[in-house]
Amino acid sequence: MDFTFSKEHQLLRRMIREFAETEVAPVAEEIDRDERVPFETIRKAAKIGLMGIPFPQKYGGAGAGEIGYCILMEELNKICGSTATIVGAHTGIGAMAIYLDGTEEQKQKYLVPLARGEKIAAFALTEPNAGSDAAAIQTRAVRDGDEFVLNGSKVWITNGDIADVVSVLAVTDPALGARGGVTAFIVEKEFPGFVVGRKEEKLGIRGSSTAELFFEDCRVPAENVLGGFGLGFLTFMKTLDVGRISLAAGCLGAADKALEMSMEFAKSRYQFGAPIAAKQAIQWMIADMAIEVEALRSLVYRTAWMLDEGQTGREFSTMAAMCKVYGSEVACRAADTAVQVHGGMGYMKKYPIERMYRDARITRIFEGTNEIQREIIARNLFRRVGLKIR
Amino acid sequence: MKIVVLIKQVPDTNEVRLDKTTGTLIREGVPSIINPEDKNALEEALKLKESMGAEVWVVSMGPPQADDALREALAMGADQAVLLTDRAFAGADTWATATTLGIALKKMADYDLVLAGRQAIDGDTAQVGPQVAEYLKIPQITYVREFSVEDGRVKAKRALEDGFEEIDAQMPALLTITKEANKPRFPHAAAIMTAYRGQEVSCWTAADIGADPETVGLKGSPTQVKRSFTPPPKEPGQIIQRPPADAARDLVAILRDKNIV
Repeated sequence: MDFTFSKEHQLLRRMIREFAETEVAPVAEEIDRDERVPFETIRKAAKIGLMGIPFPQKYGGAGAGEIGYCILMEELNKICGSTATIVGAHTGIGAMAIYLDGTEEQKQKYLVPLARGEKIAAFALTEPNAGSDAAAIQTRAVRDGDEFVLNGSKVWITNGDIADVVSVLAVTDPALGARGGVTAFIVEKEFPGFVVGRKEEKLGIRGSSTAELFFEDCRVPAENVLGGFGLGFLTFMKTLDVGRISLAAGCLGAADKALEMSMEFAKSRYQFGAPIAAKQAIQWMIADMAIEVEALRSLVYRTAWMLDEGQTGREFSTMAAMCKVYGSEVACRAADTAVQVHGGMGYMKKYPIERMYRDARITRIFEGTNEIQREIIARNLFRRVGLKIR
Repeated sequence: MKIVVLIKQVPDTNEVRLDKTTGTLIREGVPSIINPEDKNALEEALKLKESMGAEVWVVSMGPPQADDALREALAMGADQAVLLTDRAFAGADTWATATTLGIALKKMADYDLVLAGRQAIDGDTAQVGPQVAEYLKIPQITYVREFSVEDGRVKAKRALEDGFEEIDAQMPALLTITKEANKPRFPHAAAIMTAYRGQEVSCWTAADIGADPETVGLKGSPTQVKRSFTPPPKEPGQIIQRPPADAARDLVAILRDKNIV
């Protein structure tokens, strides 16, 4: 057993940390306030290969695997939840779907420019009437010669209005439902009938954009079917499994940063003639945060390691769901505690704690609510003892 | 054109802590990095590589773990990396270090330009670069903020305390680069992976470069560290908050008391 990061991953972390501190931090407050997508940061990140970290070099990626990608998300999310969200939706799910299930031609055509960051990806699953109940999607795709014609809408799509390429899930046979009747498609923003709707205003991650998408007789070439006709549900669920680890890695970064800032504050804030760190009340908060951060770190990197080792069965799915639940809840608790340690200063917009508190909240909701994750975990656990829950 | 960049691995801190009893650097828990101004030197080499084509070599003398500094240089874009590592090199002062680097450079022979950082953050001597030039008997230009290469000559702008000096020298020449020269690039993520998984750092021992053991390491060092210490902190200042005439009187009294006036 060896828990040390490889030398290359250590250097990668040092480089990303420096990038985040010098290029991401200076605009973090402003992009949140103005709800502005930091395209200049994305361009800089692309230039040094940060938009395709997990993918093999032959597809334009860095070849740093899931561990490398988790390092990126951890370090980015320490500094800016919005920027991490943009990269996460692009790499972790949008492009990931094409990497996991795309044909070689699709990878060459779409994954390579996405991994290089020349194009931006999004992942479109959620609909007005289908969120946690993903199988209830209503967007329809009907075959017409060499094309499919898509009709319907998607909501709350991260990067929806800035993406060049969107992985979209649509119903191809309503009678078959999720198993066999749903197909994934690679949709380019230039395809006729692809329409971007309203951009949402949000509580947190405000520097990332979240938009509605409409498909109005949107014509998609049949060669853009992703992962096999009728197998889209599997492609999307598999992608989300993988995305959950890096999402949790982002949560780890946020929680670790909340801990670090709380300690720094507790050390320098004097009340009753001593630093507040001398108070047991504060010490226990710090200790509890640290325990959770370290437990999360082990969970995240062990699961990332499983994926890099090719262990992608049901055990992996269960672990990924655990990462998502625990990571998001640790991040929210840590942010809440950090506000408490900082007192009034934690509540003011002037300091980043307030933004971190708002940014953390979404992680318990998106990429599969924690309630759904707990269902997945329990279902998989009961399968081990011979009980199939439908 | 072949450019050799001399780099040193240093602890990542501007405030090197010393072990009070042994007087040596405390390296535990301090991550190692490429000396910052050596990175500026490497960046200049890489810019030349891009603008006029060059083969960039990085050379470091150090313990086996200096391998990491050389891999980082490879990730930034250097073509070849050489680590001069041997127990015989240990304990070297600046002259013995320069001698070792000089012997290695002579072995490489066909270099056109040698670049080094102005000085290292752990020693602050700024001696190794110039000493290498002396050893090789080639022109040296120190404190370079910008330079250009044309027709076998290098034209450089030196930053002095009170202005600049422009110097033109024949190549091969050695330049030491200051931090104002550029902002070193971030290595590409893919290049970081390749630096460890697909590239080699050549290790040269004293025997490999044909160094006389008497001229390198502790034995080849004319200077020796007698004692290292942290100077005691300056006493805090005193603010006299009184009307100007009274404050002046008080100040003069204090200065008299200390026999300053």
